Formats: sequence, C-alpha cells, structure tokens
Amino acid sequence: MNLEALASCLSSSACAVTQISTALIIGMLLFMVASGLSLIFGVLGVINFAHGAFYMAGAYIAFFTYQATSSFLLAFLAGALGAGLIGVIFERFIISKVYGKDILMQLLVCYAIILIFDDLVKIIAGPEYKMMGMPDVFALPPLEFAGGFVPAYYVFMIVASLLIGAMLWLAIEKTRIGKIIRALAINPQMVGALGINTTLLYAAVFGVGSMLAGIAGSLAAPTRTLTPGMGLSILIESFIVTVIGGMGSIVGALIAALLIGFTRAFGAIGFPLFVDGIMFGMMAVVLIVKPSGLLGREIAR
Amino acid sequence: MTKTTKGISRRRVLKGAGAMAGLAAFGAPHIAGAQAKVIKIGLPTILSGRVAILGTSSRFAVQLAFNQINEAGGINGRKFEVVDRDSKGRPDEAAKVTRDLINNDGCDIIVDGEASSGSFAVHEVVRDLGILCLHTCSETSSLTADPKQFSKNVFRCARQGIHDAVAGGSYAAKIAKEKGLKKWATCSPDYAYGRDNTAEFLQYAKVFEPSIEVVDQLWPKLFAPDYTESITKLMQVKPQAVYSALWGGDLVAFIEQSNLYRLFQNTAYFSGGLGDPPILTAIKNLPQGLNTAYRYNNGFPSSPENTAFCDAYVKVAPHEPTNWAWQNYAASQFIIEALRRTNGNTDSSALAKEISGMTVKKPFGGAGITMRDSDHTIINYPVAWGKTVSKSPWVVDYVDTEWSKIVELEKEWKKEKGYA
Repeated sequence: MNLEALASCLSSSACAVTQISTALIIGMLLFMVASGLSLIFGVLGVINFAHGAFYMAGAYIAFFTYQATSSFLLAFLAGALGAGLIGVIFERFIISKVYGKDILMQLLVCYAIILIFDDLVKIIAGPEYKMMGMPDVFALPPLEFAGGFVPAYYVFMIVASLLIGAMLWLAIEKTRIGKIIRALAINPQMVGALGINTTLLYAAVFGVGSMLAGIAGSLAAPTRTLTPGMGLSILIESFIVTVIGGMGSIVGALIAALLIGFTRAFGAIGFPLFVDGIMFGMMAVVLIVKPSGLLGREIAR
Repeated sequence: MTKTTKGISRRRVLKGAGAMAGLAAFGAPHIAGAQAKVIKIGLPTILSGRVAILGTSSRFAVQLAFNQINEAGGINGRKFEVVDRDSKGRPDEAAKVTRDLINNDGCDIIVDGEASSGSFAVHEVVRDLGILCLHTCSETSSLTADPKQFSKNVFRCARQGIHDAVAGGSYAAKIAKEKGLKKWATCSPDYAYGRDNTAEFLQYAKVFEPSIEVVDQLWPKLFAPDYTESITKLMQVKPQAVYSALWGGDLVAFIEQSNLYRLFQNTAYFSGGLGDPPILTAIKNLPQGLNTAYRYNNGFPSSPENTAFCDAYVKVAPHEPTNWAWQNYAASQFIIEALRRTNGNTDSSALAKEISGMTVKKPFGGAGITMRDSDHTIINYPVAWGKTVSKSPWVVDYVDTEWSKIVELEKEWKKEKGYA
C-alpha cells in the first residue's frame, strides 16, 4: 500500500493525465466486450459464456485481413462483421436450442464452443502467438496532454469505443427498432403477437452483441499478442463489469468498465499487490448490496 | 570319387540348408530382431496452450536429431522413433504421460521437454522407474543443484538459472558502470520463475556493481494481455534501466505496447527472454539497443556446426531454432553418443555412465557442451548477452562471460543454499 505515491500522482498533472488515459484504455476495451455480453443477456436472457471466443475471432480475422490487405480499416471492419456473422450462426444453430433450458446446459454448450473455437484457431493459425503490429498511420510519438503522454492509437481506440457505445445507446433508446428490442426484452410473446419476427430479432441482437466483442478484438489486435484461448482472460473481467454494472445495462457496463479501468490504473501506483482483490471486492459488495448491479434490471426471459 | 564327393556334398548341402533354416526360424530372427528393434525416445512436453512453442520447437529438434541418425543407418542397425505426448503444461498430466510413455509405449529413454513445474513431476517418475532421462527445458537451478534431487540416471541439458544470473548480472553491471545506470526497476511475471529469476539477476548485478539501486518492482500477472498500467507506472518512476523476466507472447505484447509510449528511448532495457528468434521476429517494431540474454542465434557462436544445425532445423520447422530447440538437439546428441559407446545397449545405468562428463560438439562446435558429472547439468553453453538490431540477425555484439567465473560464483551460491 503506497498511498503517498498515489496522492503525489494525483497532484501531478503529468502523472494524473497518463494514468487517467490508462484507465480509459483499459476501461473502453472492456466496455466493448462487456456491453455485448450485457446486451445479449438483457434481451435474450442468456449468459453467453462463449463471448470471449467472439473477441478472439474478431482479433484473428482482423489479423489475417491486415496481413492480406495491409489496411487497418478493412481489418477492423472484417473483424467486427466476421465476429457478428459467426454470432448469428452460433445463435441460430446452437444457442437458440437451449433457450429457457437450465443454466448448466447453456454453460456446457458455451464451454464446448470455447474449446471448439480454440482448436479451430490452433488448426487455422497455429498454436503460436501472433502479433499484428501497429498500422503505419498510428506509428507516431505519443501525444502530450498537460505533461502526460497518450499514444495516438490509444486516443483512436478510446474515441472509437465511445462513439460505438454512444451509437448503440442511441439505437436502443431513441429508434423504433430499439423500442422493439426493449419490448422484446420485457415481453417477447407480445412482440411476436404484433407480427414482428422475434426469431430474426434474437439473431440480430446476438449478432450485434458478438460484433461488439469482435470490435474489441480488432481494436486489441495491434497491441496485444493473439493466442488460442485469448478470450478467457477478458471474459472474466467482462463478467466482473457486467455484475457490477448490472446485467442488461449498457450504461451500467460503461460505468463499471471505467471503474475497473481506474482501479487498475491507479491501483498500479497506490496498491499494486491488491488490484485484483479490490476488483473482486467491489463485485462482492455489489452482489451483496444490490445483486442486480448498479443499473441492472431483473431477468426478463 | 565323383559320386562320393557328390553324395557327401549333397548331404552337406542338405545339412547346411537345414541348419540355415533352423537358424532362420529361431536364432537368426532373434538376433536380427534385437539389432533391428527400434529404440523409442519418449518426449513429454507442452504442445498446446500459450507456451506451445516450447514443445513444438523442442519436438522439431528431437525429431531432427534422430532422423539424421536414422538416415545415417542408426546405431548398430537399430533405428530411433520419437514418441511425443502433450502434457498441456499440467504437472499431473506430465507425470501421467511419462508413465504411459514408459509402461505402455515401451520407451527406452525419456527426453523431458517440460517447463519447470512439469519437470519436477517427470523427475519423480523417472527416478522411480530408473529410466534414463534428460530434462531439456527446465531452467530452475534446484532441479539439479539440490543434492536431494540427484539421480544417477537423470540429467539436465538446459541452461540453468544461476548460470544466467551470474552472466546477466556481470553484463548488466558492466553497462551500468559505463553509462551510470543507478536507478533500476523490474517488470516480471508474478509467479515462481519470474520472481526467482529477477531476484537472482539483481543479486549478481549488485555483486558486480553495488551502486545499483532498485526503485520499484512490478509484477504483472503471467499471461496478462495488457501491460499499459505497468508501462505507465514505469514512466512515473522514471528508472534509468529496467530488467524483465517476461517471455514468450507476454514479452512481445510488452515491447509493442512500450513502443507506443517510446519507453525505451530514455530507459535501458535488459531482458532474460528476448533472444529467441521467434520472439524477435514476432515483434513488428523491434527497438534497437535492447539488451538481451542469449537464447539462440544463427550467427553466434559462429561455427560451421551452428550453421548446419540452423539450416537443417529451418527445413523442418517454420521458424529458426529456439533456446529449447538447441537444448533438445544437444540432449539428443548426448543420447546418440552414449548409445554409440554402448553399441546400442539401452540399459539406463550403462548410458548414464557414458553421459556423465561427456562433451558433445553439436550444435555449437568449438570446445563443445559438457555434461558435468558432479551434478548432471551442462556447462560451457553460450551465456552471452547482446544488443538488438532491427533486422536479421536481430541480436549482435554478444559479450560472453567466462565460465570459470560462473562456476566459481555458482560454488558460493551452492554453499549459501546449503547445496554443497
């Protein structure tokens, strides 16, 4: 515990800016994954334990597209859309078969998918780690803000995640289709009775949720090593985020992801040996005090 | 006369034919079978998961060595077969597959390509079953330095932590002295190897240069995907030099993420694990002038044997040899030479007797690598440190440490630990 270092960091603009940006870097990527997880749970009532596999799929698709085209834009789009498409297929042919079934059955199906995805990646890309590398457009010196430094790529990553998050929120809260999806989360029978194709909507929502994981994978690919099984570690943190923020709440996911980001960034300065303890402690407190999470709602389906 | 001769001749021919047939039916196949019986080499290793390259590069090297000897006709007519098993990096699984390799697959010799935790499990199995075993990937010093672990049939053909610590400490102290690097920080994975390796490095760096002061130590989790908070913390602490025991894909991510902050522009970097060609080539933007321990390099040591090894290896593997690759290739040479000396006899004790104190020239040439008979571990292997450059051969200006110096400090270390 080094609270003195923490206080001194907070009082220095250079340190504060760098660590706040670190919190945003960690938080926004987590938000992308967790918001997808939360969306799927909120509408479909399914806890998608295989969500990390879509993050991995997005990262690998982006990696291979970048290898083939040297275009980061194409890599990003391919990673996002590829993961979304895989999500739709997964929903239609696999997870839809266990809707309403025991949670253990859903867990088993998802675990099987994780193992299959990991093995597929091993067969296609090999078991070794891969590194995509930084696209030339972002290979710049870090930008300086008030004495603190933020790499150009991370600025892009934070802004892109925020924009995507805002678009998602607007789509759900302010559009007609968003209204239908919210209605679907509360009363699917009624939505079906109104002549709306709920099957198609479920697949679309699952696809968007998976696409968010794919976006996170594509955004992570230039800075993180890609390995089979890479989805697991981010999945655990995403669950912490969704539990704290509240299952089904996009805004809750954003708040909780930032909370985790700030804990890790400033924890590294003030209490480096107890960062995980604080994160899981926060989760435990939320589960005890408000089991549905900060902004969560009860299971709809 | 002619008739008699003919008669005797016919009888003799018949007798001879009968004897030949008898021999062919009973004696000869037995002998031929003994000579032709394949010698099975069991290879428990990690072939899946994040450190799969440890196992896959080890397997390429073992297969290469035994394929080469098979192509040359084997030993005393006996050919080799390598049987590998994936332990998935789990010690319990490593022990299980090793027993299977010996009891079910009938392996005569074990080449243990496990990481440290698995190696200790394999060690117990081979000690129990009395079979010849060479550990080829574990760098944990106590595996062979601790006399309690000693077994007459078991050897280590891998670099040893304490050797690297002395060499690394000596090299780092020299640079620290030259450049006035007094403020040091470390950033190593938070598990036994990361902590031990870092402590040993710092211990010897301070022995050689007492002015070194450690201002902070960061312990990111093993296999952490993101190091941003550690990197920005290092930027706040502003050390003059950083030592890191990160390795594999974790190290690749750490370097790439540090590049975004230009961390290495003002901070000297010392790495125990950067010198493996697959890591050096995986980093898309390898900064110049990072200091790294030798793991493998096709130009160092500069010898025809090393060139031949690298050329042969890249024909069967998708990358240049790793540290694990040369260690496994050298271990295979110890086994091959021992079998040559015993005329293909696979008796563990006979082979162990030959390997103790043996020197092999492959893969590095020169004076060769020696299996020290006192504690069954190798010495005289490359323990140099060099600096990175942005293109092949990736690491240059290797500085070697005298083995006499390493051995002397190792003796003191053993006394401190109660091993001698």
